[in-house]
Amino acid sequence: MSDEAWFAGLDPDDREGAIERIREGSATAPEDWPRIAVDTGFASDESAYYEQLHEIAVEASRRAVAERERASDAQLVHAIRSMDDAERVANELAERVSEWAGSLFEGPGTGVEYAREVAGREGETDGERRLIALAERTVGIADEAEELRGFVERETPTVAPNLAALAGPVLAARLISMAGGLKPLARMPSGTVQVLGAEEALFAHLRGHAPSPKHGVIYVHEYVRGTHPENRGSAARALAGKLAIAARIDHYSGDRRPELEAELDERMARIRSREVE
Amino acid sequence: MGLPNGVRYVEFDGDERLATCGEPVYGEAVVDGWRRWDPHRSKLGATIELGLETGLDGGPRVLYLGAASGTTVSHVADVAGPTYAVEFAPRPARDLLSVAESRRNLIPLLADARQPERYAHVVESDLDLLVQDVATRGQTDVALSNRRFLAEEGRLVLAIKSRSEDVTAAPEEVFERSLDRLESGYEILETARLEPFHADHLAVVAAPR
Repeated sequence: MSDEAWFAGLDPDDREGAIERIREGSATAPEDWPRIAVDTGFASDESAYYEQLHEIAVEASRRAVAERERASDAQLVHAIRSMDDAERVANELAERVSEWAGSLFEGPGTGVEYAREVAGREGETDGERRLIALAERTVGIADEAEELRGFVERETPTVAPNLAALAGPVLAARLISMAGGLKPLARMPSGTVQVLGAEEALFAHLRGHAPSPKHGVIYVHEYVRGTHPENRGSAARALAGKLAIAARIDHYSGDRRPELEAELDERMARIRSREVE
Repeated sequence: MGLPNGVRYVEFDGDERLATCGEPVYGEAVVDGWRRWDPHRSKLGATIELGLETGLDGGPRVLYLGAASGTTVSHVADVAGPTYAVEFAPRPARDLLSVAESRRNLIPLLADARQPERYAHVVESDLDLLVQDVATRGQTDVALSNRRFLAEEGRLVLAIKSRSEDVTAAPEEVFERSLDRLESGYEILETARLEPFHADHLAVVAAPR
């Protein structure tokens, strides 16, 4: 349908409208847009049409690029740290709530779920009302932690598509956060990525009285946690190697390389098929 | 078979190299306005170097999928007519924009080649040439869903990267499977492995059916 054209119904001088259309529009099927543009009087001739389209498309793409890049690693670092803080604080408060509630109500429970239950009560005394208000705050913070998790899950694939695909969005964001950004992560050797989050064990090892840590925060990845302890070191090393490469591609080039996942899957299958005692 | 109009061999440091005429963009060697087109950096360049009939002749209207930072598409735009360049990743697209600035016939679009309806309101129908170089799984599906832009007598020039489809399978196997699938919408005219320029890549020239 010709009314799906990016210029349909637009004033030829409406630059902002045209940019918006190019970015947001769609059509079920292409048509001979240059001819239609000339026939409907949008452009005086085909070469004027291309001239105008070129100019608008460059500007539309420039804005889209800028917008996509603003979803930056710095935002992600704030979000994941806030998510961790919110989770920790919610758990601490939930503990306080259940301790207090144990002295007032029957059938004590624990955790955020119990705080949710307490928050649903009607307070009869001043003390009960204070406790219930605290429980409500606790639930609010726990809910915000969930919202933040959702944000991290949506945003990480834009900021670091390959890393997010390999590590999962939350672990990817956590690695970026621990490294202090995508760029510092991209510059890390894979051995450092492997033990990110195990600094204490690493320094104990370097002081000479502990074995070297096999993994840091990447432990939460199924490929490390789900591998037999005997092979876990190899799994962590293989995973960290691919994650380091993914971070470099994400930082320096930004395009998707699905073959990384396949290579990792293949490598893991080989590690996991090894004999264990 | 000759080279497409506007593409020729020019002497660089005593060797005959593929080149096009235009504004230099990525630090390529230039002799008398002719920019060296390095087949090691460009799958389409390698396809031409290997003598396949790419349909780049006669100022075609082109849709280029997977334009990346615009290295290859800059050479295409040197010889072609209106050239729509689709790229999804913002970082390379930034470089593509600077290529587009010096080429009035280049129309950059930040879009996903797997969703042609998101740019069908801009890219015209009945194009002469569809060039595809995307490194995602399902490269043949991309070619099939973008067939709608091609004229009946148009051409598809596709580089299939076997490692993007399946790293565990032998490239020959991946290529065979891809070609089988491609035949549901295209008639395959020519194929060639892109070695020594690109490992595990197959160049395909096809016509819509």
